[in-house]
Amino acid sequence: MGTSNDQGLSRRALLRAVGIGGLVMSGASLVARPSSAQALRPGAHLEVLNRLVGGKQAKPGRVTVKMPEIAENGVQVPLTVSVESPMTDQDYVKAVHVVADDNPNPDVLSVYFTPACGKAEVSTRMRLAKTQRVIAYAEMSDGSVWSGQTEVKVTIGGCGG
Amino acid sequence: MASVKVRLPKEIRRGDLVEVRALVSHPMESGQRKDAQGNPIPRKILNKFICTYNGREVIRMDLAPAIAANPYLSFFVRATESGSLELTYIDDDGSTISEKVPFKVV
Repeated sequence: MGTSNDQGLSRRALLRAVGIGGLVMSGASLVARPSSAQALRPGAHLEVLNRLVGGKQAKPGRVTVKMPEIAENGVQVPLTVSVESPMTDQDYVKAVHVVADDNPNPDVLSVYFTPACGKAEVSTRMRLAKTQRVIAYAEMSDGSVWSGQTEVKVTIGGCGG
Repeated sequence: MASVKVRLPKEIRRGDLVEVRALVSHPMESGQRKDAQGNPIPRKILNKFICTYNGREVIRMDLAPAIAANPYLSFFVRATESGSLELTYIDDDGSTISEKVPFKVV
């Protein structure tokens, strides 16, 4: 009896340890995902920024790019971009440009808002060729440019061979 | 052929931020694919989207081949008065797909 009790305890302890380990792991993967406010690494997005925004520097922040962490199929990946803004006639988001660095064509979507939108948020479904980050730039009515990004793991590419 | 489905909330009050969700059937041929003989399939996408509210432009988008087939777009409109929303998509070949939906503010 005594031995079986000991075994039960050790099994419980083992399970608990595994559970805690799992929690720590998931926490680590959350940390590993670049946050929206992080500075951008260089890439194709810089060319797009130059072409669409005219060489202005983008500050990280105010833009949230929401996408699944893992996309099993790159053919149709949900995307939501939102920008913090009061959306009044004096202070609103003029445009949002979405860029996918590692797609054959990095352009995804440019959205031109007006104060009549009331909220600077747009959703769609996009194609992703492979695992990559998706970046959004927001041009404000005061001329400032902000950026946000997220990383998506893609299992099957969605641009067609 | 191409049809637009637009979804709005059941009841819209003055001042509401209304989410407009629109779905249109279109292949959005990216120009990256090849047919069975290995010839590239030419690009044919909807490259522009415009939404007007009682004739005034609310939002406009430039779409790239990275937008998935049968494009789904959702955005917001501040409800001010009753009238209509008109959603227009412009194809690479110059044709347009348009849908006008009633917008009733209570």
